[in-house]
Amino acid sequence: MTDAIIRFDKVVKRFGDLTVLDELDFEVKKGEKVSIIGPSGSGKSTVLRILMTLEGIDGGVVYVDGEPLWHELREGALLPAGEGHLRRMRSKLGMVFQQFNLFPHMTVMRNITEAPVKVLGLSRKDAHLRAEELLDLVGLADQAKKFPHQLSGGQQQRVGIARALAMRPSILLFDEPTSALDPELVGEVLTVIGRLAEEHDLTMLLVTHEMRFAREISDRVCFFDRGQIREEGTPEELFTDPSEDRTREFLKAILD
Amino acid sequence: MHWSEYLLPLTEGAWVTVQLTVYSTILGGVLAFVFGIGKLSSNLAIKSVSVGYIEVFRGTSLLVQLFWLYFALPLAGMAIGIDLRLPPVVAGVLALGLNIGAYGAEVVRGAIQSVHQNQREAARALNFTPRQTLFNIVIPQAIPEMMPSFGNLAVQNLKDTALVSLISLGDLTFRAEQIRNFTQDSTTIYTLLLLMYFGMAVVLTIIMRIVERFAGRWRMAGS
Ligand SMILES: Nc1ncnc2c1ncn2[C@@H]1O[C@H](COP(=O)(O)OP(=O)(O)O)[C@@H](O)[C@H]1O
Ligand SMILES: [Mg+2]
Repeated sequence: MTDAIIRFDKVVKRFGDLTVLDELDFEVKKGEKVSIIGPSGSGKSTVLRILMTLEGIDGGVVYVDGEPLWHELREGALLPAGEGHLRRMRSKLGMVFQQFNLFPHMTVMRNITEAPVKVLGLSRKDAHLRAEELLDLVGLADQAKKFPHQLSGGQQQRVGIARALAMRPSILLFDEPTSALDPELVGEVLTVIGRLAEEHDLTMLLVTHEMRFAREISDRVCFFDRGQIREEGTPEELFTDPSEDRTREFLKAILD
Repeated sequence: MHWSEYLLPLTEGAWVTVQLTVYSTILGGVLAFVFGIGKLSSNLAIKSVSVGYIEVFRGTSLLVQLFWLYFALPLAGMAIGIDLRLPPVVAGVLALGLNIGAYGAEVVRGAIQSVHQNQREAARALNFTPRQTLFNIVIPQAIPEMMPSFGNLAVQNLKDTALVSLISLGDLTFRAEQIRNFTQDSTTIYTLLLLMYFGMAVVLTIIMRIVERFAGRWRMAGS
């Protein structure tokens, strides 16, 4: 319990009449690599979006680094968090989006340096150095001057990863990072994510349909179904010997 | 009087028209950004003022606005003891600028809203403030979207300058009327007038195209 860097405590999330998360309990330890799998519409993106503060919650408490994310403790009461608190909490997290969401009007270099300069207050020079290291890491050292539309989808997503890393988050969220890619470009992105998982103590939360990859890199896999974790365990347990019928059906459908 | 003798006074008038167009388009552009962004503000006061401005100036005719600024405002000023008499040029630029600014504000608002929500979310995830998101992420992407409409508005504005001849400003139309009254040579004068306005519109369109390309140059990089 104590070393949980992320904890969902009976979190409820509704969109109108639709209850997407129904008293979800969920934990991730510091440095852990967790994959979330499950059918479309089961609330996987919602979990990441709540963590990234893109989506509020309707009940329960989310803890990041031991502190409530969407609440502030004031005079002993948990009150809805103000923008200042959200900004401070947000700096612990980074997100890689399914559609990359690069800034199309900025070069690759600018995409990676803009937030470190404007948000963290780094000098252009330092931000530049940091970006060069990251571009090296994702194998795009020679693409710094290009605009996003001049890159392939796989390259764009690797820039997306570098952009998120430039803010030095301790938790990195991936929302189906390869789902928008042509099949032949998936590998290069997975290679980068795999290398990150191996070499960094970053906490990683990955929503994916790439089962083989999830199996390789994860410490733990969670099967989401209708806003609940139906089953979780080590990749070995979950993939080779799932105990729930729903998990088995899902895996069978996706692996065929 | 040979038709070539018309050219000097007409050119002088055209120069006034050019100045009116340039100043009022710049004023309109500034107003368009201020009130287009203002209309999207979460601050109710800013939002109301912006909506009010846009609706008033789009909902009344330019001619009435012009007459109001030039004839009614000084009287209103006199009633409360302030001198609000405006030189014709100022009244003309103000009326034209306020008018085009109201239409431009709707263009700015639409272009800002057309920027994909994805972009705002990416900016939020990177912890940009709402203001930084607006000015560094959203507006730079919205500007190329605005440019074709701004081009049309600028040409519209050029044509509308003819109305200021009614407050005796010596623009192209005013000069043409003067010569026509003197020579009764309507055909030649109106033909020249037509050609000169058209020529100016062509030049203005070309300028706006260049600005448009410049504003959207990142879209064309490498192609
Ligand atoms: N902004 C929204 N408004 C209304 N419904 C939404 C919104 N975002 C997600 N949903 C709904 O919430 C459910 C869970 O969505 P999501 O978390 O994106 O699922 P997943 O990522 O597992 O496919 C879906 O039924 C989806 O339609
Ligand atoms: Mg999803």
